[in-house]
Amino acid sequence: MNLERRDFLKVLSAGALTAGNVTSVFAGIRKTLSADAVGILYDGTICIGCKACEAACKQYNGMPPESANLEKATGVDGIWDESYDLSEKTLNKIKLYEHGDASTHNSVENGFAFVKKACMHCVDPDCVSACPVTALVKDDATGIVEYDKDACIGCRYCMVACPYNVPKFEYAEAIPEIVKCELCNHRQAEGDIPACCEFCPTGASLFGKVTDLLEEAHKRIKLVAGSTYEYPMRSLDEGDVSPKTVAPYINYIYGEKEGGGTQYLLLSAIPFTKLGLPELSATSSASKSEGIQHGIYKGMIAPIALLGGLLYGAYQTTKNSEG
Amino acid sequence: MHEKQALGGRLLTKPFWVLLGLAMIAGLLLIKRFLFGIGAVTNLSDGYPWGIWIVYDVLVGTALGCGGYSIALLVYIFNKGEYHPLVRSALMTSAFGYTLAGVSIFIDIGRYWQMYNVFLPWHINLNSIMFEVAACIGAYVFVLWIEFSPTFLEHRKSLETKKKLSKVLFLFIALGVLLPTMHQSSLGSLMIIAGEKLSPMWQTGWLPLLFLMTAITMGYAVVIFESLFSAVALKRPLDETPILGKLSVMMIPLLVLFLLLRFGDLMWRGQLGNIFNDGMLGAFFIVENVLFLIPIIMLASAKNRMKPTILFWSAGSMILAGALYRFDTFLVAFNPGVGYHYFPSASEILITVGIISIEIMAYLIFVKKLPVLPAIKHS
Repeated sequence: MNLERRDFLKVLSAGALTAGNVTSVFAGIRKTLSADAVGILYDGTICIGCKACEAACKQYNGMPPESANLEKATGVDGIWDESYDLSEKTLNKIKLYEHGDASTHNSVENGFAFVKKACMHCVDPDCVSACPVTALVKDDATGIVEYDKDACIGCRYCMVACPYNVPKFEYAEAIPEIVKCELCNHRQAEGDIPACCEFCPTGASLFGKVTDLLEEAHKRIKLVAGSTYEYPMRSLDEGDVSPKTVAPYINYIYGEKEGGGTQYLLLSAIPFTKLGLPELSATSSASKSEGIQHGIYKGMIAPIALLGGLLYGAYQTTKNSEG
Repeated sequence: MHEKQALGGRLLTKPFWVLLGLAMIAGLLLIKRFLFGIGAVTNLSDGYPWGIWIVYDVLVGTALGCGGYSIALLVYIFNKGEYHPLVRSALMTSAFGYTLAGVSIFIDIGRYWQMYNVFLPWHINLNSIMFEVAACIGAYVFVLWIEFSPTFLEHRKSLETKKKLSKVLFLFIALGVLLPTMHQSSLGSLMIIAGEKLSPMWQTGWLPLLFLMTAITMGYAVVIFESLFSAVALKRPLDETPILGKLSVMMIPLLVLFLLLRFGDLMWRGQLGNIFNDGMLGAFFIVENVLFLIPIIMLASAKNRMKPTILFWSAGSMILAGALYRFDTFLVAFNPGVGYHYFPSASEILITVGIISIEIMAYLIFVKKLPVLPAIKHS
């Protein structure tokens, strides 16, 4: 009952087929922005760090303040919020850049500046690709990355996948959930805009269609530093503006290309790497991992061929024995 | 058909009580985990959402459970009947390893009561590597116990059922080779989506093939290691040394190919220099590859392969190499950004230790009560 040479080759070729497909990889940019995609343009140069966006976010998303250290110092609980970063109780976060004597706004040397962290609502989100049970879904029209707790198994692969470490997990709960910004979709359903934009007093957080926001951002990075520009407030569609002096913009829109693009865009006068934003390639990691996986499992041809060879081999070797 | 027999002997020995104690400590800690959440017993964070429960219990645990896969591949697919005496104990260890990996996943995931969503067609995401891994591991646990069931049937003298099963067993043997091929490679693919968070020394499109090759090699190493270790620990003769020596040869070409692919890929991507520039990570990389190299060198000569000590240490080195490769890829070389650190908490470690204890206890019960190990030839 020796296996014939060609049977060996059958098994081997199925294996080689599996391995060979590994090389047919690296899809390029494969997903594009939907025409109705909405997002936020955060302009760090006009942010004053008041954190009204954080307070509004907490209020309209039912998030409690985080105050462990202040609590200890003052004995008062639930008054101040001092979250350090995004967390399972904090969906957006203003962070401070500081250098030297921190005397000049929007200056790298001896300056200070702000940056807002939140879900980037990627055009080709790694978290959505990673989720085994479709608990994270990108809305076809708005492009908002939404979470469904009834599907989620809590495996936390989305957290491994997200290049910005945005999805957070309730480690302190017996019945935990993944928590992330959903662009106030509950408010948008009632015709409102995300709370962080609604309550921003300077227009630093600006809501709108992503295509319009990109146009606005391109316009701003071409402005002459020191000139005056009428910055739109809250939402691009609203028409309310506030005149401000233009800061020396970095000639780059963070989020235009990162990982295939994002619907949350950032402008700054400080290099983005100094603000803690990662340097990413122009294609998503999901396009690479799916490219390899779908290459190997294309039409299930390789696994089925391999199974055929294995069945034949196993049958030949066991037909005369009792296992 | 090779003769197998139950070892017999007393079950409640002193080591057994120690193992039982460790398992009970883990049990108490698990009550805490289910009442107060994962954060109550682990050092996991938003930056490091996976710790040793995933990396040791699942990744290393299932790779150590590849003995059944690697031996089945030889015996049933490549028709190397001479390794048949190793099949049964290898399958048993695999069944334990994979079952407990499944248990660990259940402990680790936050919304465990919805775990079955992975098998519901309207929930599954075919783009997700995690889906492939979860579905394949789930199916393989089932297949492993079917593959191992002739041992139970023999024990219960259900020979009629055993005969019927043996007619269709080839189906499960084929699946038992296909499924690990799929999920052991996909376990590597899991980290591709981590992109820039994984050091370029480990981040590559070849992760699935590199993981598959090391899983098969670890499978052979585990069979050798376990066979020699249990022979000494259970005071059995070292009868199996010649066949283990022959088996050890299998590791060499796989390891050589692994190292060629790994270094070739690093060179191709221009990352070779990082080994010496990257401080700590570079050191981990070097240790890892030295551990891969040791079995190649130690097992190169046929004379060495007949020595139980050499076999034991080279298999041990291979197991460490594969384990470290997995730890590095998922934890050491994984850097989510400034401010995040991970080292397992005492409770986390104790729970893993408890799971390993249960595995060893189950091994002892099985070899003493069921016909798993080859019968000792009395002269």
